[in-house]
Amino acid sequence: MADIQIYKKSPVEYELEKRRAKKSMQAQIIMFSLMIFLTLVSFTMVVAFNADILGFSKYFVIPILLLFAAVQVGLQLYYFMHMNEKGHGFAKLFMYTGMLLAFSMLLGYIVITWW
Amino acid sequence: MSSVAQKRSFGATVWDWMTTVDHKKIGILYLLGGLFFFVLGGIEALIIRLQLLKPNNDLVSAGLFNELITMHGTTMIFLAAMPILFGLMNAIMPLQIGARDVAFPFINSLGLWMFIFGGIFLNLSWFFGQVPDAGWTSYTSLAITSEGHGIDFYAIGLQIAGGGTLMAGINFLVTIINMRAPGMTYMRMPLFTWTTFVASALILFAFPPLTIGLFMLTFDRLFGGNFFDHTMGGNTIIWEHIFWIFGHPEVYILILPAFGIFSEVFPIFARKRLFGYASMVFATVLIGFLGFMVWAHHMFTVGLGPTANAIFAVATMAIAVPTGVKIFNWLLTIWGGSIKVTVPMLYALGFIPSFVMGGVTGIMQGAAPLDYQLHDSYFIVAHFHYVIVGGVVLGIFSGMTLWWPKMFGVMLSETLGKWTFWFFFIGFHLTFLIQHWLGFWGMPRRVWTYMDGQGWNSANFISTIGAMLMGIGVIIFLINVIKSHVQKKPVPNDPWGDGRTLEWAIPSPPPFYNFAQTPLVRGLDSVWIEKQEGNESGLTPAEPVQDIHMPNGSIIPFLMTLGIFVAGFGAMYRLETSWGLPVLVLGLFFTFATMSARSLKDDLGFYVKKEQVLKDLKEKGGKI
Repeated sequence: MADIQIYKKSPVEYELEKRRAKKSMQAQIIMFSLMIFLTLVSFTMVVAFNADILGFSKYFVIPILLLFAAVQVGLQLYYFMHMNEKGHGFAKLFMYTGMLLAFSMLLGYIVITWW
Repeated sequence: MSSVAQKRSFGATVWDWMTTVDHKKIGILYLLGGLFFFVLGGIEALIIRLQLLKPNNDLVSAGLFNELITMHGTTMIFLAAMPILFGLMNAIMPLQIGARDVAFPFINSLGLWMFIFGGIFLNLSWFFGQVPDAGWTSYTSLAITSEGHGIDFYAIGLQIAGGGTLMAGINFLVTIINMRAPGMTYMRMPLFTWTTFVASALILFAFPPLTIGLFMLTFDRLFGGNFFDHTMGGNTIIWEHIFWIFGHPEVYILILPAFGIFSEVFPIFARKRLFGYASMVFATVLIGFLGFMVWAHHMFTVGLGPTANAIFAVATMAIAVPTGVKIFNWLLTIWGGSIKVTVPMLYALGFIPSFVMGGVTGIMQGAAPLDYQLHDSYFIVAHFHYVIVGGVVLGIFSGMTLWWPKMFGVMLSETLGKWTFWFFFIGFHLTFLIQHWLGFWGMPRRVWTYMDGQGWNSANFISTIGAMLMGIGVIIFLINVIKSHVQKKPVPNDPWGDGRTLEWAIPSPPPFYNFAQTPLVRGLDSVWIEKQEGNESGLTPAEPVQDIHMPNGSIIPFLMTLGIFVAGFGAMYRLETSWGLPVLVLGLFFTFATMSARSLKDDLGFYVKKEQVLKDLKEKGGKI
C-alpha cells in the first residue's frame, strides 16, 4: 500500500496557514532586527569602554552585556526556535526546571563551597 | 516479514537479538543483563559477609575487600537494579500506553548496548587485576591516589553505561509524551507509566552532572587535569557535591519505578481501584522534584556549616511527606479489597513494613546532629540496604513475577516463588536489622575486619547467615525460571485474571507490533472498565485493521558502542604504552564512522501488511 500518505489541504486551511506563516515571518524579521540592534549596542559599548570614554565603566558595561545576552537567548528560543507557538509546553517545563535546578546547584556551590 | 515462529539457526537467532530494535526484546536483554550482574554483585556481597563472619578473619586481603565493596555497590546500583528496572519499563510501559514501540527504537538499542559494554568494561577490571577500590562513591582524595587502573575502569565504564542510561531516559520521556493511544490522557496513565516518566525526567537532570564529574575524574587521572587536586588549586569537595547531585536523584530513579510496580500490584490483587490516584501522581512528581534539593545530606560531616546542614536537613525531612502519602494510599487500596496473596502481592505486602523501616532510619539520619553520630557506621549500611533491598529489590522481584508471563509467555511457579520470597525476605531482615545495632555499638562501615571482644561477633555472625538465606532465595528464583521455561506452558492474555491495564488485553508474549489495532482508552484501568461493561477482549479499537509501520533492525548501535569500548582502553593505556593513543583515535573514528553511516543512509522502516495482521488475529482466536 501507500508508502507515503499525502494529505490535501482545503483552500480555507491553505489560506489560514498562509496568513499564519506571514505573521510569523513578520515577527521573525522584527526580532531579527532587534537582535542585530542589541548586538550593535553591545559592540559599541565595548568599543567605548576600550576607548576610555567617560561613563562606560566595567561595572556598567558587564551587567548590561549579560542582560542583553539573556534577552537574546530568550528571543532566539521564543521566536526562532518556535517556543512561542502551541505544543511546546513540555519543552518549556523541562527547560525551566533544568534552569531552576542548575541555578540552585550553582547557588549551593557558591554559598557552601567557594564562599 | 512474518510474525509466525520459524525454526532458525543459532547464528540467525543471535544476529536477530544483536540487531533488534523491538522494545520487548530490548527489555528482555536489559532484564537478563541486569540479572547477570545482580548475581555477580550478590556473589561479591556473599564474599564480603563471609569475610566479616568472625573477628580477625583473613578469607580475603584488605585490598581485595576494598575492591569487593566498591564493585558490589557499583554493580548493584548501575548494572543490576537500574537495568532490570529499565527492562521492565522497556517491555511494559509502551504496552501500558497502547504504543507499538518506543519513540526512538534505534536509540533504545544504542542505550542497551552502551549499558552492556559499560558493564563489561567495568568488570574486565577483575581480569586485569586492577579493580576500583575507592568505594562506589569514589571520593576523589582516595580515587586520585589509587594505584593502577582500577579507578580508570570505574570512570570510563560508568561513563559508557551512564550514556546509555541517559539515552534510555530521554527515549522514555518522548515516548510517554508523544505516543499515548487515543484517550490516554496524562491522568489516565497507569502509575507504572507515571513513575517511569518521572524517573526518566530525573535521569535527564541527574545524569549530566555524573557525566561531567566522571570526565573531570578521568582528566585528573589520565590527562593531567587538576580539578580535584588541592595541591594544584583544585577542590576535592567539588567531587562530593557533583557525585551527590547525581547520586541522590539516582536513588529516586531506582525507587520510583518500584513504587510504580507496587501501585500496579496492589489494585490487581486487592481487586480494587488504586486509592487516591491523583495524590499518587502528585506525590511521585513531588518526590522527583524534592529529590534534587537534598544532595548535601550525604555530606553533613564534611563541614558545610550549621546553616547549610539545617537547610538540607529540613528539605530531607520534607520528602517523608509525599512518601507517607503513598504508603497510606497503598494501605487504603488493600483495605476492604478481595485480596489474593500471590507471589507479586507477597512482595508488595512485605515491602510496606520493610520500606517504612528504611524510611524512618532515613529521617533519623536526616537530622544533622544525629547524623554526626551515625555517619560512617553500620547504621548507614543498614539504612540504605533497607530502602534499596526492602524497596527496590522487592519491587524488582514483584514486577518480574508479575510481568514474566507477559514478557516471556511463561508463568513462573507460585510455589517456588513463595519459597524465594520467604528465604529472601527473612534473610534480608536477618542480614540488615542487626546492622542497625552494630552501628550503634560503634562498628564502622567499609572495614576489612574487626577485633575480638567488642561485642560485634554474634551480630556479624547473624548477619552473614541472613545473607546466605538471601542467596538461597535467589538460587531458588533462578531454578524457578529454568524450570518454568523447560515446562513452557502457554499462558492466556491475562494470566492473573484481574489485569487492569492495557498490557493484559494482548497475547503473552505480544506480537512484535503489540496492538493489531491501536486501542481507545476510556478511563483509568482501561481493561478493567471494558471487562466490567461486558467486553471480554478488554479492548475497544480506535482504528480499523490497517498496515502497520515498524522500524527495521540494525547492527549499528552494537558497532557504535564497540568503538567507544575500544577507545576506552586506548585512553586508559595512552600514557604507558605506544598503542594507547592510536587505539583511542581508532575507536573514536570507528564510532564516528558508524554514526555517519546511520546519518547518511535513510532507513524508513517497513509495513506489516493488513492481511498479515488479520491472519495473526485469526490464529490467536482474537476478534476483529
